[in-house]
Amino acid sequence: MGDLLRLATAGSVDDGKSTLVGRLLYDTKSVLADQLDAVHRASVDKGLSTPDLSLLVDGLRSEREQGITIDVAYRYFATPRRTFVLADTPGHVQYTRNTVTGASTAQLAILLVDARKGVVEQTRRHAAVLALLGVPRLVLAVNKIDLTEYDQGTFEVIAKEFATYAAALGYTSDTVRTIPVSALVGDNVVDVSDRTPWYTGPTLLEHLETVPVEPDPHEAPFRFPVQYVIRPRTPEHPDYRGYAGQVAAGTVRLGEEVVVLPGGSRTRVARIDTRDGELAEAVAGASVTLLLEHEIDISRGDLLAAADDPPVLTDELDATLAWLADKPLRPGARVLVKHGARTVPAIVGELRTRFDEQKLSTTEYPESLALNEIGQVSVRTAEPVPVDEYRTHGRTGAFLVIDPGDGTTLAAGLVGAPLPVLGTS
Amino acid sequence: MTVTADRTTAPRTLTLDALGRLESEAIHIMREVAGEFDRPVILFSGGKDSTVLLHLAVKAFWPAPVPFPLLHVDTGHNFDEVIEFRDRVVARYGLRLVVARVQDWIDDGRLAERPDGTRNPLQTVPLLDTIGEHRFDAVFGGGRRDEERARAKERIFSLRNAFGQWEPRRQRPELWNLYNGRHRPGEHVRVFPLSNWTELDVWRYIAREDIELPSIYYAHEREVYLRDGMWLTAGPWGGPREGETVERRTVRYRTVGDGSCTGAVASTASTLDEVIAEVGASRLTERGATRADDRLSEAAMEDRKREGYF
Repeated sequence: MGDLLRLATAGSVDDGKSTLVGRLLYDTKSVLADQLDAVHRASVDKGLSTPDLSLLVDGLRSEREQGITIDVAYRYFATPRRTFVLADTPGHVQYTRNTVTGASTAQLAILLVDARKGVVEQTRRHAAVLALLGVPRLVLAVNKIDLTEYDQGTFEVIAKEFATYAAALGYTSDTVRTIPVSALVGDNVVDVSDRTPWYTGPTLLEHLETVPVEPDPHEAPFRFPVQYVIRPRTPEHPDYRGYAGQVAAGTVRLGEEVVVLPGGSRTRVARIDTRDGELAEAVAGASVTLLLEHEIDISRGDLLAAADDPPVLTDELDATLAWLADKPLRPGARVLVKHGARTVPAIVGELRTRFDEQKLSTTEYPESLALNEIGQVSVRTAEPVPVDEYRTHGRTGAFLVIDPGDGTTLAAGLVGAPLPVLGTS
Repeated sequence: MTVTADRTTAPRTLTLDALGRLESEAIHIMREVAGEFDRPVILFSGGKDSTVLLHLAVKAFWPAPVPFPLLHVDTGHNFDEVIEFRDRVVARYGLRLVVARVQDWIDDGRLAERPDGTRNPLQTVPLLDTIGEHRFDAVFGGGRRDEERARAKERIFSLRNAFGQWEPRRQRPELWNLYNGRHRPGEHVRVFPLSNWTELDVWRYIAREDIELPSIYYAHEREVYLRDGMWLTAGPWGGPREGETVERRTVRYRTVGDGSCTGAVASTASTLDEVIAEVGASRLTERGATRADDRLSEAAMEDRKREGYF
């Protein structure tokens, strides 16, 4: 078993995302016989002459009825070279929040465009969201190339336009790959097409199998949100007091000095515990239990961090929000902020800028942020929170904005300004 | 977790492979629930997925005991081996087990037996009633996204309204690994720590952690009869109809559910390694191979989930 790549699809409605994912699954033989039978039966019932591969992923009745994707579908497949976790996300503008869900953990995104339409509004919106979330690599799949008679010129115009746009969002040319495909017919998805002799690059799957995967942040300064205090109080463990959590960044080692935030006390790591035995060190991504040298009052929501490189403790966050709720955000809104394992009341102060991903410009001091809009804001929290910049520390620079009334997730919050600075309009 | 260093020289260094990542993610999810909810419960049937779930809970809170009770919705159509296993595991970890018996609901008229005798769809009402009665606010399930295409759409934290219903068009965004467990009184959250596991991952993990399972997951001889392409076994839920003949075959179960609609597969895989090889080579999904209830319609699972099923 090789390594793992988490990827998401994005792009406008009807660009053929679900068909492309169906094609990837089908051509890599990741679809099992009973699933395929069901798709063949349903396609015949719909009067189609070839199987509709989108039926493999559009799992909801209303999706199949309307022929669109409404929510993220997660699929798992593997080739001898790599294991893939794929989030197939909706293209419809109304469901952009589900695209954000699928892309928030992706290491690569496949952005589809229809070769006949080129880069459209939703392509730019999704690319901006991917850039904001820091998805490190993009593939622009120019789909339905069969419907342009495999025209090289059409492909190149689209590739060039997108390269310029992606560069403005901060994507360097080595992080973006453009591939002409037909998901319906299968050109350049898994198998090389002989109808695009002018294209000499890899097929989509070949690229997914060989693209470098960003390593976990093992070298970053240590961060550990305390999720739960383990106190057995049993005859065998009368005085055990362990702090359970997942290493968010860096590596924790025995004896290392840590600072407890927001309190500020310092102590050392006395033991790194798991049920399988004690450890000398634990890396980013590991769920462990830490025991500390000194008895300090620590509870869920506190953050343990490298004492020599701690995060900033602040109750005034400068942040960027991707607004995901139907009702717009206005200055003065009372919300909850969930950061790490801590949830605190907060008030949104000023709306400083709103990002216009279509014109690549910003509006200063907008009145509101509406559904799917991105903007910079100031957030005042009821208690200080230990934060890092999202761009350098994804896990401790991210937070949720939650409605205190009904508990809805209102926005994806990112500390700092992860998007490039743009001119104002 | 995978430990790569020499086992004799503690302490060791921990590195994460694919299974280690899945384990760590599941433990993180369970600890979030323990930290944020008042009355969580683990759905436990004695099947392989819920047994893995319980194993992960033991690891997540060790050396403290698992801070959740277990809930089994008992259709009455059980395999004896599974109930015996269930009770043994509960005793081993000293846990509290709540059993909701579908039969009790049928006896007092809150539910009616279906004409086809299948009780899988009847589990929803006892499940929701019991969640309400005990005021459980977080309910762990062993569901995985690779099982079925409606399940592929499920969040890890999945909000259910006061009627226990899943509203697929109103799911919350789920960002990074920040889970939002807020809910209003009467609502509850279904939590799926194994969301990102595949059937093969579950088996590989069972092998690596040496987890005991009910014996019917391994090949054994059994009296079975063929219906709708599945090998069913006779039991209190009924037996062969006219024209169906009972044969003695070597089979195993890929899933464990209501006896009336869970089929066995022809198999000689009697060890973990043989099961892993068989699952890896299978051309059928586990539900396609063994669950009559999922064959009822194109959207059988989605419809049951909307009503509040697991």
